[in-house]
Formats: sequence, C-alpha cells, structure tokens
Amino acid sequence: MILTRRALIAGSAAATGLVYAPALLGQGKPRVVVIGGGAGGATVARYLAKDAAGALDVTLVEAEPAYATCFFSNLYLGGLRDFDSLVHGYDRLAAGNVTVINDLATAVDREARRVTLAGGQVLDYDRLVLSPGIDFVADSVPGWSLAAADAMPHAYKGGAQTELLKRMIQAMPQGGVFAMVAPPNPYRCPPAPYERVCMIAHLLNQTNPTAKIIILDPKEKFSKQALFEEGWGKYYNDMIQWINPEFGGADVAVRPDSMEVVIEGEVQKVDCCNVIPAQVAGGIAAKAGLTDASGWAPVHPDSMKSRVDGNIWILGDSSAQGDMPKSAFSANSQAKVAAMAIRGELIGSRVFPAKYSNSCWSLIAPEDGVKLGASYEPSGDRIASVDSFISDTGEDAALRKLTYEESFGWYAGITADIFG
Amino acid sequence: MARRTLLAALFVTAAAGLAPAAAKEIGDPQRGAELFAEECSACHRIGPGAEHAVGPRLNGVFGRRAGSLAGFDYSRAMLRMGNEGLAWTLPTLDAYVANPRALVSGTHMSYAGLADAAARSDLLSFIRAYSDRPQDIPEAEPTARKTQPVLTEAVMALRGDSEFGEYLSAECTTCHQRDGSDLGIPSIAGWPAEDFVVAMHAYRQKLRPHPVMQMMASRLNEEEIAALAAYFAMLE
Ligand SMILES: Cc1cc2nc3c(=O)[nH]c(=O)nc-3n(C[C@H](O)[C@H](O)[C@H](O)COP(=O)(O)OP(=O)(O)OC[C@H]3O[C@@H](n4cnc5c(N)ncnc54)[C@H](O)[C@@H]3O)c2cc1C
Repeated sequence: MILTRRALIAGSAAATGLVYAPALLGQGKPRVVVIGGGAGGATVARYLAKDAAGALDVTLVEAEPAYATCFFSNLYLGGLRDFDSLVHGYDRLAAGNVTVINDLATAVDREARRVTLAGGQVLDYDRLVLSPGIDFVADSVPGWSLAAADAMPHAYKGGAQTELLKRMIQAMPQGGVFAMVAPPNPYRCPPAPYERVCMIAHLLNQTNPTAKIIILDPKEKFSKQALFEEGWGKYYNDMIQWINPEFGGADVAVRPDSMEVVIEGEVQKVDCCNVIPAQVAGGIAAKAGLTDASGWAPVHPDSMKSRVDGNIWILGDSSAQGDMPKSAFSANSQAKVAAMAIRGELIGSRVFPAKYSNSCWSLIAPEDGVKLGASYEPSGDRIASVDSFISDTGEDAALRKLTYEESFGWYAGITADIFG
Repeated sequence: MARRTLLAALFVTAAAGLAPAAAKEIGDPQRGAELFAEECSACHRIGPGAEHAVGPRLNGVFGRRAGSLAGFDYSRAMLRMGNEGLAWTLPTLDAYVANPRALVSGTHMSYAGLADAAARSDLLSFIRAYSDRPQDIPEAEPTARKTQPVLTEAVMALRGDSEFGEYLSAECTTCHQRDGSDLGIPSIAGWPAEDFVVAMHAYRQKLRPHPVMQMMASRLNEEEIAALAAYFAMLE
C-alpha cells in the first residue's frame, strides 16, 4: 500500500491535524517503522516483511515518491546510462506487505516511541529503523550553502541535482574549466568523486576535448588512487589535475554568484563547479538525539542497533560502525543483519552471527572497470575488516571489461534486492 | 605495493635455496597414456601436430591461461574464467578433471569427472609431458602435489540447513539475483548442491580465480557452504 501525503490529507477530512491510523491497522502485531527508503531502509523493510511472513507490521516512510540512485549516477554523467534507469519506485515493496508512506519524518519521540510526519500523521512503533543517508555540514566549504546548490551543485544525493550537474557540464564553453571541491573523510562512497571525474572526462573528451578538470582535495590520498591515476593518464591525457593540500586543495572557498573558486587566496574563474561538502548523518538522526560529537550515529557492531536507544536501529551512511565504507552495498548488507536481529527480538525467529561485506566497482572508462571489497565482522565495539582485495594496476583489457560488465550485473542485482 | 614487493623478494630467496628443478614426477605417465586414450581421446588431441577437435588440443596446457587458444570456440564460462585469471596448473587441472563443472560451471566439456585422485595424477603426468619445458615450471606449482585433497568425503556428505542457508544467502543476492537473471554476474539459483559445494571450496582454496568470490568463500565454513548449497539448490 502506498499512501501519498496528498491522499492522507484528503482522507483525513476531519482535519484535526493528527491522524493515528496505523496504530489501528497494527491490530496487535509488533510494529516496525523505517525512516528512509534508500539502500538501507528499503532493504530492511523488504526483508522484514518477506521473512516475517505477516507477523510484523512494517511501515516505510520516504520523503520522495521514487528513489534515484546515487550509485551509477556517475555513469549517467558519462553518458553510459540514461537517467530513467536510475529511478526505482516503491510499488513492489508495497505489494510485498510494506506500508509505504510518501512523507517526511519530522520528529521522533523516543519516550513515547512515536514518529511524526510533516503531513501531520503520527506513527507508533515497537522498533524504529533510521536509514536517512547524509546531510551536509554547513559552512564546510566557505561561500557554499544549500541555497547555492543551484549554481554549484553537490549532486551527492540522487535525482535533480545529478541532472543539473550534467546540464551544466554540457553547457561549458569549449576549453572551459570544471572544478570539483572534494569532501574530507568520512563521506559517502569514497571512490565516487574520482569515478565521477573519469566519467565527466569521458563526456568532455567527446564534446569538449580542450576542457580542463581540476579536483580541489582536502585529503592527502584517496580511495583506489593508483587505479584512478593510472586511468587518468591512460585515457584523459592532461585533462585532469588533482590538487592536494600541498598545493592548496585544503584551503578552498567558492563564490557561486561569480562562478569563482578561491584557492589559497588566489581567484580562479570556473565554468562549472561541483561542491561536495563535508557530511554528517541524515538530519532526523541528530534530531532524534542519536548522533555523537562526530555527527554520525554510533551503533552496536553485532546488530546495527543504536548505542543510544535499544529500540532503534541505524543503517547505512548515517551509522558510525567502524571500518565499513559508506556505500549502498554496505547499507544493504547491514540491513540484512538488522532485519534478522529485529525479527529475533519481536517474533523470536532465529538469530545467526552477524556478517557484513562490501564490494565497490568503479569505472575508469567505458569497458574499463576496477573493484575493491572487504568482508567484515563485529570485533569488540566496532565492525572490523577481516579480509579485503583490490584490482591491480596494469590488468589486461579483457579482465577490466569483465569487471565493467560485472558492475552492471551488480547494479541489477542490488536494486532487485533493495526494491524487490 | 610495498608488501607485494616484499613477498616477491621472499619467494625468490626461498626458491634460490632449492635444488634446480627437474620436474618432480607426479604420477605414472605410462598409465596416464592409457587413461588419456580411454577418457579423453574421443574429444582431445595431444602430441606432435595435434589440432583442435571437439575439444581444444592439449599441447602446452600447463601454464596456459584458460580459454586462450586461438581458433577454438570456447564456452562463455571458460572465456570468463580465463579472463578472470584462471590458468592451468597442476592444482587447477586436477580440480577440473575431477569435476569440470564445479571448477568452470557452464563449460562445454561434457565429462563427468575422474574421481580417482591417483588416476588423475597419472593422466596429468602424461599430459604434462606435452607442455613446454616442464622442468621450467616452478616447484610450487604445478609440480608440487597439493597435500590436501580438494574435498574430503565428510565435507561432501554434510547435509545443509537450508534455513540457515537462506539467511546466509542474503549476502549472495546483493549480486546474484534470486530469479536467476545473469546479466554480468552468473546465476546461482537452482545450482545442484554438490557442484555448489565443490565450487565454493575451489574458491576457498583459490583454485577459482575471482577475488570477490575468494573473499566471500574464505570466511564460510564447511557447514555454511553446505547450508547455502541446500538453499540455492531449492530455488527454481
Ligand atoms: C556519486 C555517487 C556514486 C555512488 N556509487 C556507489 C557505488 O557504486 N556503490 C555503492 O555501493 N554505493 C555507491 N554510492 C553510495 C550510496 O549511494 C550510499 O552509500 C547509499 O545510498 C546509502 O544508503 P542509505 O540507506 O544510508 O541512504 P540513502 O540511500 O541516501 O537513502 C536515504 C533515504 O532517506 C530519505 N530520507 C532522509 N531523511 C528522511 C526523513 N526525515 N523522512 C523521510 N525520508 C527521509 C531520503 O529521501 C533517501 O531516499 C554512491 C554515492 C554517490 C554520491
């Protein structure tokens, strides 16, 4: 069942403002509310509903009517995928016994175990799962704020921002300058900014081969660096320049009005600018009082349960768990452990030891893919990596092509696993 | 990088300490020739002037990358394994001859496998004689015999708990779709349990090359592999 905000408002003609409907729908079944229908949230809702076979009342609250994946959005920028192929609806979840509510969760009353939605609806829960992704740290890039995202998009949450960034790249003048302000650690999907640069360079190679790309980076090093740098040299000649802290990458301000970036006080005019700010847990996690001084929400490594509240789970990017990178693969993996733990608590089903994994494919160029991955287990108070691998530099074209094709298989597989 | 260089250096030192290598005998090539005639020659040619037949010619197979001979129409599965890095060494050939589909699911080779380990050694010692300068093949592989058999009977006899397997399968279905689609990533739904078990152990022992799968398999114990096999075998 999908309830849109409009339908709800129309339905509650009595309009007292508050609607207590789902508590009645629950009919005594344990109620799980999930906030955020992305990689972590949709997976946990689907697995809970599927595996509990009707014994749980599962409600998913998602602010957007459909989900546009960040993963593979770089391929859209590079022209290797169309935008529609990134968009996934909630119909199959709804058909699979998940009540999907299209609204924004605005408050969590942990005492009363109650979630309030922007539309006025109130949801009572026995267990709550938060997988709200990320929010940006205000003023982490001087001169930039969310209000400037129309001029200098972040394109780091899926959807309209990604489309905007692509239009801006396509509108660059011949020989123009594209600048990326890369984020400090920790942030969502460590290799994504650098894969993005590959895909943008691929696009520009065809339409605007004299254009330049500069990456302003506050980090000394980055994920898959050797593989990316090998690829930049191989395919994109002199187009890409990585500016690390030694050359001013950590001292960057932007001026969205005049399309300028200021590097160590020196003004550089740019034609397109992608600002990826520093990140923290999705806002609702902080509002609910579940985050710590780092801005992320600490969890127990064996279950993904919040360290602050025993009735709440936090998944995906928002969680502070240890070694796992913030990725869709990680969020999906964590969601399965959480679903098992929640079912165990609420309906006494079997609980097995937690295992987590992550693999992450990045595209250097069409038909040239690389990957890295690791497996993880709870260890003390954190999730720790137990084994890992990464592609080698200098691999032959056939292997790289296979890895590239494999990444498409992964996308089809994980989106089916998340959304049904 | 640093660590790899270090390891490489260690290996060189270790190898330098060994007596220069005439390939160690791995079996009885005479008996191997008979076995080749019985088991292989309907499809494969070997020796001077051998050509491809139903199967590829087997001259020089030791040390060669799987699926790499020009002019032979390999299965997609074999090409994929070759691209992933499967090379024919004593352990990989041994595993392949023991159970071809377990090492390369989807191979066109319609051969049930040779269960007797001693017979496989004999056969491979015969085939190796037609590989280039077998004395140059380093001691570690393929001439050193794996001390452990690929799989014990006890492992094969394990009955998997499919409910446990269903839970564990959530790790697999991030990539391998439950409905059996196989775009870019092979399907594992409905895979016969025995092949599944052998394949997973082949990853665990790093006979199969894929790094993601080696990692996933390396932390599954025998019981977990059996559980997964039981679960996936049940899927349509
Ligand atoms: C360019 C790019 C490339 C990437 N590539 C990969 C990749 O190749 N592989 C990979 O594994 N990962 C990749 N990622 C990372 C991946 O997208 C994220 O790590 C993943 O989406 C995290 O899942 P999540 O559930 O934590 O959050 P999300 O998937 O972001 O989901 C959060 C959801 O919660 C909703 N929400 C938030 N707050 C509320 C609220 N208060 N009420 C209602 N709804 C709310 C949001 O609308 C959103 O739909 C990439 C990311 C980027 C930016």
